[in-house]
Amino acid sequence: MNIVVCLKQVPGTTEVKIDPRTNTLIRQGIENIINPFDTYAIEEGVRIKEKDGGKVTVITMGPSQAEAALREAISLGADEAVLLSDRAFAGADTWATAFTLSCAVKKLDKYDLIICGRQTIDGDTGQVGPELAEMLDIPFVAYVSQVEEVKDGCLRVRRMIEEGHEVIETTLPAVITVAKEINVPRLPSLRGIMKSKSAAVQTWGISELGADESTVGLSGSSTQVIKIFFPRRVHQAEMLEGPLEKQVDTLIDRLKNAGLC
Amino acid sequence: MDYFLDEQQKTIKALARRIAEERILPVRAELDEKEEFPWDIVKELAAADMFRVFVPEEYDGLNGGCLELCLVVEELSRVCSGVAVTYAASALGCMTLMEYGTDEQKQKYLPDIASGRKLSAFAITEPTAGSDAANIKTTAEKVEGGYLLNGTKQFITNGGEAEIYTVIALTDKTKGARGASAIIVEKDTPGFTFGKKEKKLGIRTSATRELVFKNCLVPEENLLGKPGLGFIQAMRLFDRSRPGIGAQGVGLAQGALEAATDYARERVQFKQPLITMPVIQSMLADMAIQVEAARALVYAAARHVDSGARSVTEESAMAKVFASDAAMKVTVDAVQICGGSGYMRDYPVEKMMRDAKILQIYEGTNQILRNAIAVNLRKRKARTA
Repeated sequence: MNIVVCLKQVPGTTEVKIDPRTNTLIRQGIENIINPFDTYAIEEGVRIKEKDGGKVTVITMGPSQAEAALREAISLGADEAVLLSDRAFAGADTWATAFTLSCAVKKLDKYDLIICGRQTIDGDTGQVGPELAEMLDIPFVAYVSQVEEVKDGCLRVRRMIEEGHEVIETTLPAVITVAKEINVPRLPSLRGIMKSKSAAVQTWGISELGADESTVGLSGSSTQVIKIFFPRRVHQAEMLEGPLEKQVDTLIDRLKNAGLC
Repeated sequence: MDYFLDEQQKTIKALARRIAEERILPVRAELDEKEEFPWDIVKELAAADMFRVFVPEEYDGLNGGCLELCLVVEELSRVCSGVAVTYAASALGCMTLMEYGTDEQKQKYLPDIASGRKLSAFAITEPTAGSDAANIKTTAEKVEGGYLLNGTKQFITNGGEAEIYTVIALTDKTKGARGASAIIVEKDTPGFTFGKKEKKLGIRTSATRELVFKNCLVPEENLLGKPGLGFIQAMRLFDRSRPGIGAQGVGLAQGALEAATDYARERVQFKQPLITMPVIQSMLADMAIQVEAARALVYAAARHVDSGARSVTEESAMAKVFASDAAMKVTVDAVQICGGSGYMRDYPVEKMMRDAKILQIYEGTNQILRNAIAVNLRKRKARTA
């Protein structure tokens, strides 16, 4: 069983600041963590491996410091790690990110199951998982809350829906995104941390992936963030007082003045 | 303060803190209230390799020494001293084995202790032998096929929960302390049962029980080292384990200091936070000084032990006495700063104050240890005079 877990390194705080010129996150001086939703993906991958055998490969795309996230994943039980890092990858939207990840997955010897977190806490789009499945042309299940069985090239999972859950069977290889209900991620072990410090992390750039520059990074992105801003608070509340009839009259006047009736 | 810990020591300390904050803190009050043995936490500690810290590499350990053990104990104690002693007692229970055991004996027991699959415990105290540890009555009579144990051990930490016990018993009762030996006894050995679980003032999640031996036959190969050396082995063991009790004090005092500081910042009286009042500032400063001084002494004593120094009795006694006295004082003051709230079980400091008291009592009361320090002072002076 070859399990691939895609993860992202994100700022470990909600108090991020935006660079007003580039509209990107100011990462300096901010501690980075593994995207919390991805920790459930790592845990599930490691649990499946521990039960059924095989190996877990973690992949992330990011600057060189994202290697720390991969090493942390190794301390939690992942076996191999690939860092996708290249200047050409910078500025990628979810589409270009998923494309780059798909190139990396195809480059691996073999893959049976790809697990992603349901979304990141910085971008919050939840798009990379399903896009990756599309690009690899394999089945996809979102919001998985339980992996029931992995057997004979088939996967049976529970997927959360609004009023309960669905049980879905799919062939492998497949991509799933997991919800936080799926497990309680373990803490690292001392031996795991020590192993992770000396473990080999491969770095693949655009040439290793054999991708065209126009398909990755900003140039491969069909969307671009033009502006990030806090919405202005324009609403205000006014409490009408006095006898009920007068309140109704006042309300109707106000609505008329606002052109709403 | 920078104590120049190496990379591995920092890793151990940081992970112990994480376990304490993420896994122990949420259940701390419940463990204390219900007096339940913290098996779930023990499993977490085992999964994180914490029981490997004090075991040599060849027996699946991480080769840590006294300092590494102290770092774990300190961090666990900062959140719950009851969990910390449960952990530390497993180290205590196998230290005699690590020092005097044959390779075969170590192979048999240490890997299971290192993995945390089994806990261990050390048993010397008896109803008649507390500070006067030489006055033990439990016998281990040499018979065909091994040693026959009879007697009762009292106040044994991890009693009933541990699988592997190092028991000090008289193999030759005519010789008193010189007839004592250290013997490994496994749980479930016929004739080995447990007395009542003690109800305690503090460290209530930890298990303290009597061990009762009635014609309990233990194989001869369970003897650790030579017969007759048990008392010396035990004294040597405590010389090396006492910095660990000091570390418990450091962690406990640190936790109390943090809780009191948080409270003093939030609590407003006379329209100002307590922490702006000189009388409170003075108390907090004194607490902080005690904590840091205790930490410096405990780390120094632990490093002294790890250096392989021949005599460590005084240094480790000093670390244990100073840090446990500091923990008692700091936790009492923490309750005082938190006032009426601090006295309530909704706040953590009353538990810390209850937990602190035992540190001045077990592994040598602070009185008997001061006595030991003074005896050494006198001996040295007599030698040079």
